[in-house]
Amino acid sequence: MFDVLSRMLRTGILTEPLPTPAKPPHAETLQNNLWKILGRALCIRHVDAGSCNGCELEIQALNNPYYNLEGAGIKFVASPRHADLLLVTGPVSVNMEEALKRTYNAIPEPKLVIAVGDCGACGGVFGQSYASRGGIASVIPVHRTISGCPPDPAAILLGILEAVRNMRSEV
Amino acid sequence: MWPEFMEHRRTRLPSNIESHRLCVDREQWLQAAEGLHESGARLLTLWGADDRDRDRCFRIYAAYLLPKSMMVVEHAIADTTIPTYPSIASAFPAALRMQRAVYDLLGISTEEADTRAWLRHGGWPETVFPLRRDVDGKQQYPVIAEPYPFLAVEGDGVHEIAVGPVHAGTIEPGHFRFSVVGEKVLRLEERLGYTHKGVAKLFENLPQQEGQRLAARVSGDSAVAFSWAYCAALESTTSTTCPAKAIKLRALALEHERLANHLGDLGALGNDAGFAFGLTHFSRLKEDLLRTNAQVFGARYLMDYIVSGGVAIDLPDRCRGLLSRQYLNLEQEVTGLRAIYDEHAGVQDRFRDAGRLDHDLAQRLGAIGLTGRASGVACDLRVDHPWRPYDSSQPKLVMQTSGDVAARVQVRFDEIFESLRLCRVFLEDLSSGSVQIVVPLAEPNRLGIGLIEGWRGPVMIALETGTNGSIRRCHAHDSSWQNWPLIEYAILGNIVPDFPLINKSFNLSYSGQDG
Repeated sequence: MFDVLSRMLRTGILTEPLPTPAKPPHAETLQNNLWKILGRALCIRHVDAGSCNGCELEIQALNNPYYNLEGAGIKFVASPRHADLLLVTGPVSVNMEEALKRTYNAIPEPKLVIAVGDCGACGGVFGQSYASRGGIASVIPVHRTISGCPPDPAAILLGILEAVRNMRSEV
Repeated sequence: MWPEFMEHRRTRLPSNIESHRLCVDREQWLQAAEGLHESGARLLTLWGADDRDRDRCFRIYAAYLLPKSMMVVEHAIADTTIPTYPSIASAFPAALRMQRAVYDLLGISTEEADTRAWLRHGGWPETVFPLRRDVDGKQQYPVIAEPYPFLAVEGDGVHEIAVGPVHAGTIEPGHFRFSVVGEKVLRLEERLGYTHKGVAKLFENLPQQEGQRLAARVSGDSAVAFSWAYCAALESTTSTTCPAKAIKLRALALEHERLANHLGDLGALGNDAGFAFGLTHFSRLKEDLLRTNAQVFGARYLMDYIVSGGVAIDLPDRCRGLLSRQYLNLEQEVTGLRAIYDEHAGVQDRFRDAGRLDHDLAQRLGAIGLTGRASGVACDLRVDHPWRPYDSSQPKLVMQTSGDVAARVQVRFDEIFESLRLCRVFLEDLSSGSVQIVVPLAEPNRLGIGLIEGWRGPVMIALETGTNGSIRRCHAHDSSWQNWPLIEYAILGNIVPDFPLINKSFNLSYSGQDG
């Protein structure tokens, strides 16, 4: 136990400022904005619609101490019925088309959809074929895309934050 | 032992490890499988090809790993109306799903009773076989859902829990059907194939020199292993020898990939055992390593680092010190965290005995890679079939015998230290010189194999060249194919709430399997 505690103390707080293009970032400001818009934390449901699993690794990294997504009042939830935002990766494989549509439909209105990665944005190296429908927008409505192969966590975080900032107008 | 024809008729096959090719008839196809099984060979992969345009037949290939070499057995199927071949699943159970996948893509079948589609979930008609040459892989079809009967378990109080394809977390899609009594799992049946993206067909539209980009995206967490395997296959068919520096940089990248994945898994395993502290610290270390990757290799994930003939960018000289410090820091931190894991009663209580895959079963079912090594199956291509530069760095075999979650955790810890040692060796001998040479266009109709020990296990690319620098057929194989069925056994008798922990301890690729 001593080792665990001393390691926590030695490591300290690593969380970095949130990325924003113009304004100085503040987790507190963001939390306040979320509170004004939603009245609670932003809940995200992620769906892998056929990804190579590269984007998943970078989305998982959002919860590491450097990005500390939960510290900004944003959390991943297990059920689409608890979600405000759907984060989708991959080209949509034909085998995942139905599951993606059902997940989308299960999210209560108002809802936001962000397509993550080059595949999510336009199909990437997989494009459209007998097995792939291409980008997410060919199956469900998409509000924002975050390109990259895979996009790094800061880019994903920025995409989520911008989507939240524009939430009123976008939804 | 081996039938006589196997000794005399085999020819050398271009590959980064010693490989042979054996063309057999229908009867010998099965004899070869049985002979190889008796000599202790393991099945690496199985794939088919449509060669009706060339010599009016279909072909089926099986690649086996022997103690000192690899063998590809090839059978030409002359009956193109109802093409069939004998199943090899009695000797190699891992072939079952691969044979079903071959049927879905090519329409060549075995006599096996389980004819349920594996990769085709109604997304294209059952009369369309996408890998056939007369099928345009670009055409889209509406999804028409088909029933997929799971084996039902009957009895007092038995009920089913259906999980997926969408799972409750940031993970890949797949379906698990549990038959349970109370909390106890009586049976698990997996259904995969949800992320099938038609990779094999896509390869056929790419020039040889660009195939590694797609290979790297077969399973993103194994991008280095797949892109290296692809390049190794291409380079061996063209007899290209990469510069020594490029080869060492590839190995450095491969070990970084292993380190990053093991660090991520160790954190996630701690978290699944209720020890969030582990996730915090291991995910911090993983992030540090990825940031180092960005400085050293130009990207956090090395999707496009390995290119045909070498690597995309040279290691900046200023990075040597950075890497040495990174390795030292990782070594110290992981040593400390390992002691915490080892001494934490709550964590060990969850790890030990959970999801046990004993040695006999692992051996019989053909476990491979990290999963195999945790169940006492001694196989690591870097040790048994060392290719450049592993042939001069003496990698050590890491093994555990208990086959439970704890064993898979310990293998990861030990492999981190061995990887760090290898990284230091590669970094120290990094000579000067170029990091890429030009790979000439390969002659048409040549088969080459690339076989690399990725962090999960062997990753293989079988590349058949076409005319004018095109790809005629390319088969990518992830070791997840072999290891997925093993989870159905490892979970037996465990409780449903332990499934996430057990599944994570294997951490197999869905995308790598689905293709």
